[in-house]
Amino acid sequence: MSDDIAILGVGMHPWGKWGKNFVEYGVKAARDALADSGVDWKDIQFVSGGGTVRCGYPGYVAGATFAQALGWNGAEVNTSYAACASGSQALAAARHKILSGACEVALVVGADTTPKGFLAPAKGYRPDDPDWVRFLVGITNPTYFGLYARRRMDLYGDTEDDFNIIKIKNSKHGFTNPNARYKKIFTEEDIAKSPMVADPLRLLHITATSDGGAALIVSSMDYAKRIGKADAVKVAAISTSTPTFASGNVEMPDIATDSAAAAGVSPISYRSTIALKAYEEAGISPKDVSLAEVYDLSCALEMDWMEDLRLCEEGEAAHLVRAGDTKVGGRLPVNASGGLSCFGEAVPAQAIAQVCELTWQLRGTAGERQVEGAKVGITANQGLFGHGSSVIVKR
Amino acid sequence: MSEDTRLTNAAGQSAALEGWYTLDDDSPALIGTRCTRCSTYYFPKMSRFCRNPDCDSEEFEEIELSREGTVWSYTDANYQPPEPYVSPEPFEPFAIIGVQLEKEQMIVLGQAARGITVSDLRVGMDVELVLETLYTDDDGDKLVWRWQPKQ
Repeated sequence: MSDDIAILGVGMHPWGKWGKNFVEYGVKAARDALADSGVDWKDIQFVSGGGTVRCGYPGYVAGATFAQALGWNGAEVNTSYAACASGSQALAAARHKILSGACEVALVVGADTTPKGFLAPAKGYRPDDPDWVRFLVGITNPTYFGLYARRRMDLYGDTEDDFNIIKIKNSKHGFTNPNARYKKIFTEEDIAKSPMVADPLRLLHITATSDGGAALIVSSMDYAKRIGKADAVKVAAISTSTPTFASGNVEMPDIATDSAAAAGVSPISYRSTIALKAYEEAGISPKDVSLAEVYDLSCALEMDWMEDLRLCEEGEAAHLVRAGDTKVGGRLPVNASGGLSCFGEAVPAQAIAQVCELTWQLRGTAGERQVEGAKVGITANQGLFGHGSSVIVKR
Repeated sequence: MSEDTRLTNAAGQSAALEGWYTLDDDSPALIGTRCTRCSTYYFPKMSRFCRNPDCDSEEFEEIELSREGTVWSYTDANYQPPEPYVSPEPFEPFAIIGVQLEKEQMIVLGQAARGITVSDLRVGMDVELVLETLYTDDDGDKLVWRWQPKQ
């Protein structure tokens, strides 16, 4: 299809709490991606960075920061900040540039250095900022994950055991992943001993924040052919759609949903609309999916995503989990990389890291976590203020 | 807001978020707005532009939201939230409820009333709004809305 672009190279800096400058992670990831692609840095025509709001001015202009660090080469730059979807928006910018013919080969890169503990709002008395108000009344990010998880339990009969199965599964997936931060196979006992954070979610059910970096080298299909990589894994679709009024789910950082009281308005779940647009754009159905990398900010949220991606019917994700379908080796592996559960979240790098994993999987080079015969992969994530994304990658 | 305009109730308590709820002792309510053209409700208040994509009205009326609703979901906070949350010493865990308001067709979050834990709650349960002290500073008690299960 003419709307495809090639993924020539992928690279990551391992996730962790390294405490270094974010630029270092991005440069390492970018150099690995360049080496993987065989493309020379000086041939890169466009540098598209995922921005970070936590690392000062260099983070706001991340594209230029990485371009300078790699050695100014005259390439055009872009920086995309879109919360958890930053990496996908950076990839979308490169894709548009390539598909319009304005450039042939681009670097997409994101990296972050994160503080300890809860992500917290900016200081001052700011009642006009919902992110400030919710913290005033004690509502943190895990509050939202706890609300979603408890609703699943009361509505669908999901149990803490289901969350534990997911945690243990993901910990096994990430155990041999060299880029994962947590390489430990957790047991039910470990989870039960971890403290309750936001009932029903314990510390081990919730993602940490991490440092990390991820990068992609992408190009036109013509360019890929010219350098002998016509069979490269391809990006088939990128959805970065916004919500549809009225929101049917309480979303971070809001204290209330939209009202659906006006005539002709009905509440709609945002997460499902993100994925549906990606399927439509790729001309692919959920039945074609070999594996999914989803934003498991909590173990329970992994099941919400499975339903939102239409990998199963609403309320039925736990059946797949219990049957072992979502393990590597199962019918439909979810988070073969180990997911956020094993990585922790490095916001501007995370959506790019999801694409790195799918690329390795579709090339058949994912090692012990390899999903046999993987042909189509989908990513999904969602963040603050109406930002979310889904990327479909195919062979 | 300046000292002169601060509103207090008979007991001298004021709102932690001024203008977000009435300080009525018996039946306090969240204060929102309603688009006068399409009837979309807003909480927090919106008085500049209607966010319904089918409506471009800039006319709103201030309204009190329904004081009663049903539990959409619930959780709790077992770790002390960061600022601007003001914690008692030592920190006391509290429950949080998302409440579905029927007339407004929206979900509003809030803490559960003091003493309510997640084991007291179920999705679908009826709750009503109460005011309780969120924290106390030099100006006295600062009140916040909370959700209390109905008997």
